[in-house]
Amino acid sequence: MTSPSETLIELTGICKRFGGLAALSDVSLHIRRGEIYGLIGPNGAGKTTLFNVITGLYQLDAGTFNFAGRAYAHCKPHVLAQAGIARTFQNIRLFANMTTLENVMVGRHLRTHSGIWGALTRSPAAREEERVIAERAHQLLSYVGIRRPANTLAKNLSYGEQRRLEIARALATDPMLLALDEPAAGMNSTETESLKTLLQDIRSQGVTVLLIEHDVKLIMGLCDRVAVLDYGKKIAEGVPEQVRNDPAVISAYLGCGDD
Amino acid sequence: MRLHRLAKHYFAALGVALLALPFIVDAMFGHGWVRIADFALLYIMLALGLNIVVGYAGLLDLGYIAFFAVGAYTYALLGSPQFGLHWPMWAVLPLGALFACGFGVLLGAPTLRLRGDYLAIVTLGFGEIIRIFMNNLNAPVNITNGPQGISGIDPLRVADFSFGKAHEWFGVEFAAVHLHYYLFLAFTLLVIFVSLRLQHSRIGRAWMAIREDEVAASAMGINTRNVKLLAFAMGATFGGISGGLFAGFQGFVSPESFSLMESVMVLCMVVLGGMGNIAGVVLGGVLLVVLPEAFRHGAGPMQQALFGKTVVDPESLRMLMFGLALILVMLWRPAGLWPSAQRRRELMPDEAVAQQERDTVYDVSK
Ligand SMILES: Nc1ncnc2c1ncn2[C@@H]1O[C@H](COP(=O)(O)OP(=O)(O)OP(=O)(O)O)[C@@H](O)[C@H]1O
Ligand SMILES: [Mg+2]
Repeated sequence: MTSPSETLIELTGICKRFGGLAALSDVSLHIRRGEIYGLIGPNGAGKTTLFNVITGLYQLDAGTFNFAGRAYAHCKPHVLAQAGIARTFQNIRLFANMTTLENVMVGRHLRTHSGIWGALTRSPAAREEERVIAERAHQLLSYVGIRRPANTLAKNLSYGEQRRLEIARALATDPMLLALDEPAAGMNSTETESLKTLLQDIRSQGVTVLLIEHDVKLIMGLCDRVAVLDYGKKIAEGVPEQVRNDPAVISAYLGCGDD
Repeated sequence: MRLHRLAKHYFAALGVALLALPFIVDAMFGHGWVRIADFALLYIMLALGLNIVVGYAGLLDLGYIAFFAVGAYTYALLGSPQFGLHWPMWAVLPLGALFACGFGVLLGAPTLRLRGDYLAIVTLGFGEIIRIFMNNLNAPVNITNGPQGISGIDPLRVADFSFGKAHEWFGVEFAAVHLHYYLFLAFTLLVIFVSLRLQHSRIGRAWMAIREDEVAASAMGINTRNVKLLAFAMGATFGGISGGLFAGFQGFVSPESFSLMESVMVLCMVVLGGMGNIAGVVLGGVLLVVLPEAFRHGAGPMQQALFGKTVVDPESLRMLMFGLALILVMLWRPAGLWPSAQRRRELMPDEAVAQQERDTVYDVSK
């Protein structure tokens, strides 16, 4: 079908400014199908901004953005989700007062079709669709390892569970690219370890993963390639070993004073 | 299985009670109160419509009464001596619903980017615009008759059967207010049915997702523009139906009936009863129609009995008590008198979780 080295997403010369601040300047990168691609950098480097650009939450100021062979600059978020980009959020954004099951079921929205008429008549087709949505949502919940009753409200889950619920919700959209913004933040080491296994399994299902993470060990153990952002610029890219020893990367992290 | 049987009995009893209600009320309190029951049903329909916009989709709409007005004026213009048109109810009611739906989309569209307070202010403005239009569309061409309103509106009628006249069956006399009660009850049940079906559907989930987090909802592939417009349209449709029934029942409409206060009243029913929960919204509608009326009838005589004269004007007292009741409910039951199961859960285990968290923090610090 597709060769492993085929490019899934290609960004060229991406710029995003907030007033006088260049959150992203001239960032170019490409991610291949089936890769786990890491995005690291000090706080405020522009990682989340890049996510917001590729998921349509921010409109880019300059540059081009191709996904699966089509140009997608200046598209609405739901168009990009439809195209096959799903994400999680750094500051968890679940539907707090909906159940875990409903959260994942919402993820199926864009792959299903029932409208008002289906809802009112409960036609066999609509009922069947609803059943399949729920079934798939149950599967995904157990796939990401949430063992609570399906009617638990999202806000009553533990932190680690909430992060995994976000992943389940994103997977429900049948993405080609899964973009995770610091999924291990706030997790303990056992949780991080099971997250790592989960991400490897997701990749083995053919989903490309883009990962923002501060946990260096996780990045090094998981990613095929890594890009480093600093002050909105890409300062390095390559296999984890190579990037780790890059003098520019070392000075960026040292200069920033953390990690 | 037993639970199922129990539920069946419960619904059967409820059904009988609802059918007998106008006669019981009539016997105990008189005709006037059956009329109030009719109004309660109209308001319940309105509140259920607004519940879709506010309770499900989380869009604070302060101009909702505009759609009631559109439905009412559609009926009034097409079924009264105003233009000499006397279209049948089965044509005018759906048309009013359709117009209201159209206005829902029309007024919803410019507000799509707004949230919270801003949305509330703009919808409030739109609501007033509609009312002011009705007030002023009497010149240069007289359409709405301006502030005088339109009178002589045709009664609600299906074929030869008019709801505006008393009928007698099996030796029992059904007055017009009784007949309207059954008609409105049927429409209310229909509106409840539609609300329930929508709530537990793909569309209902999308509305709630937008209510919870619009950004996340759009990132999950929900076309927030369309889904929000759908909420405005559905809510407005209910308002339009209720408005048409109101016009036919009342026989008279004027812009006065569609003031901001009415929008606020309907919103109070939704919030007080329990946003997002159909039973709560129905309860809110009943209480907010019946209690003020009871107060109006009771306050004067009571003061006479207690003080020998009327100390406070019953009308102002009514508003005072209304405000007080609102504040008390919001203090003690912030999720409404009858919140949805979800909201109840939301408040309960949350406490437990928070307590747990406090405990652990405490342990660590030790
Ligand atoms: N909506 C916005 N308006 C103004 N400035 C913004 C906005 N979003 C991001 N920024 C700024 O852009 C810069 C990059 O922010 P971004 O959130 O992308 O960093 P990050 O790499 O994700 O950092 P962290 O590791 O802390 O999450 C920061 O200086 C931030 O203040
Ligand atoms: Mg970030």
